[in-house]
Amino acid sequence: MSFDQFLQYISSGITSGSIYALTALGFTLIYNSTDIINFAQGEFVMLGGLVAISMHEWGAPLPLAFLVAVALVGIVGVIFEQLAIRPLLSAGVLAQIIVTIGASLAIRTVAMLIWGRESLPLPPFSGDSPIVILGASILPQTLWVLGLTLVIVVALQLFYRRTLTGKAVRACSVNPTAARLMGISYSRVVLLSFGLSAAISAAGGVMITPVSFMSYSAGALIGLKGFAACILGGLGNPVGAVAGGLILGILEALTVGFLPFSGSSGYKDGVAFLILLVILFARPQGLFGRRTVEKV
Amino acid sequence: MGIVAYARKHAAFLAFSAVAMCAPLFIGNKYYLSILAFTATRLMVALGLNLLMGQAGQVSLGHAAFVAIGAYGSAVMTTRWSVNPWLAMLVAALLAAGVAAILGVPTLKLRGHYLAMATLGFGEIVFILLVQLKGLTLGTDGISGIPSLTIGSLDFGRPRAYHWLAWGVALLMLRMSLNLVDSRVGRSLRALDRAEIAALSLGVNTSFRKVQVFVVSAVFASVAGSFYVHYIHYISPDSFSVTFSVVLVTTVVLGGLGNVWGAVWGSIFMLFLPEYLKRFNQDYTNLVFGLMLIVVMIFLPGGLVGLRHVPARLRRRFTPPDALPAEDT
Repeated sequence: MSFDQFLQYISSGITSGSIYALTALGFTLIYNSTDIINFAQGEFVMLGGLVAISMHEWGAPLPLAFLVAVALVGIVGVIFEQLAIRPLLSAGVLAQIIVTIGASLAIRTVAMLIWGRESLPLPPFSGDSPIVILGASILPQTLWVLGLTLVIVVALQLFYRRTLTGKAVRACSVNPTAARLMGISYSRVVLLSFGLSAAISAAGGVMITPVSFMSYSAGALIGLKGFAACILGGLGNPVGAVAGGLILGILEALTVGFLPFSGSSGYKDGVAFLILLVILFARPQGLFGRRTVEKV
Repeated sequence: MGIVAYARKHAAFLAFSAVAMCAPLFIGNKYYLSILAFTATRLMVALGLNLLMGQAGQVSLGHAAFVAIGAYGSAVMTTRWSVNPWLAMLVAALLAAGVAAILGVPTLKLRGHYLAMATLGFGEIVFILLVQLKGLTLGTDGISGIPSLTIGSLDFGRPRAYHWLAWGVALLMLRMSLNLVDSRVGRSLRALDRAEIAALSLGVNTSFRKVQVFVVSAVFASVAGSFYVHYIHYISPDSFSVTFSVVLVTTVVLGGLGNVWGAVWGSIFMLFLPEYLKRFNQDYTNLVFGLMLIVVMIFLPGGLVGLRHVPARLRRRFTPPDALPAEDT
């Protein structure tokens, strides 16, 4: 593999890695406020892409399609929380997880009924004539994905560190009871987490659609990879989630590059799963784990 | 224990067994017989998953893959390598047990629901492999010409004979599950679901117990897969998507978590409901299943088996508290 080929793989790895990072962030937001692993997270990514495709078909310019998709899916997240999670906030984790599994199947089937079974395209945000950097030709969409991901991550950090609402959310994830005693509404924090989480994942979905298309069934695998990214970076750690996503994306791309036989791109999807198992086995707190994972 | 005492203690099981085994004598319609046959294999999977979810408090999103190991194991070994079907079934079940141990040991050592994600990933991988490993599985074309099960001159390819065989095995698994729940193992499993730390400090090896029940559930699923292919004689990857795993979870949740009989009612309901929904549009079936998972968890956490408590609960709600007998309050 030559150096510019290597760069090529890295850049495509960073593109899909950014999407895993955003999905992983979505998992983290919900996990930190409720301890729930949301099995419908990947469906938010899928919905983001498909809604943007429809908006674009109806003549909306891409930036508008992007914003509408993110807002709409954010609302879906809020509705999901209100209808399905709220009644079970004090129930066991198993019940909550089963509800997210049900929601995932329901959302996926509704998407199939609306958009059909085909993979649908979306044009790149600014053309597809490649830019040559260090001998590697990089698609402008890669830069968009990387840039927007960066903006989202920084904005989220600012929100958490600088605003009162953000601090309230963090307080709840550290100690819900104490936060409540201080007058923070836990249920509003949970609501906000679901809305934000869905919106961020949807943004990832819109950005990746010009690169790899989107279909109703794509959510499950993206969700799984987002979760693997979480575990890699340490579940509950937002910085770890982003780093985990990027590392996972790059590892996947290099697997395709280094495995010489044909059809190796089919096995690329196995990388996330393998990493998930190895990390759980050897280092369950993740590479940058802060939260301790309880062993029993 | 005398026969009468035994019959009284296990009345529900004996009555259900009698109904299940006698059903084919009264049903001539081949179509309904085949649905009943599928109910038997579904029950085998549901029983294992019910133990895992109800007793160990863990959920698997990859049980379709364990069914696939049994189904493809039997299909490949009998059609390609001419292995005896019974031996193939055994080998496939051992393979499923091994895989379950590999998945269970790292994930069940941790608190939380890592097993769910690991099994989801496993399900995806198995599905990819079934499609990609064309040399072994023939890819999306599927494998046909899978022989029927036989013992000597006894051919279990005929619907009634198969019914008795499959239901016999399913009932055996039901009996095993009922016994397990009642035994020391069952008590320690329930203990770890309710208060893991307490169970641990009383000397229950919690993670080992959880791995154990996960392995048992994988074996049940694999055996079900083997029986299934020897009945329909054809297999393709379509049947083993992650959606099927979710349908299996729905079977258990709908029937009732934490009660072995839940698996029975869930299996019966889930196989007859789609037959009814088919009259409208098959695409809606999965939507109904997904919504059912949510609605059951919120409004009827005990599932269909929990329905029997509903009248009492309603009565309590509409009775003034001071009119209630002391032990009910």
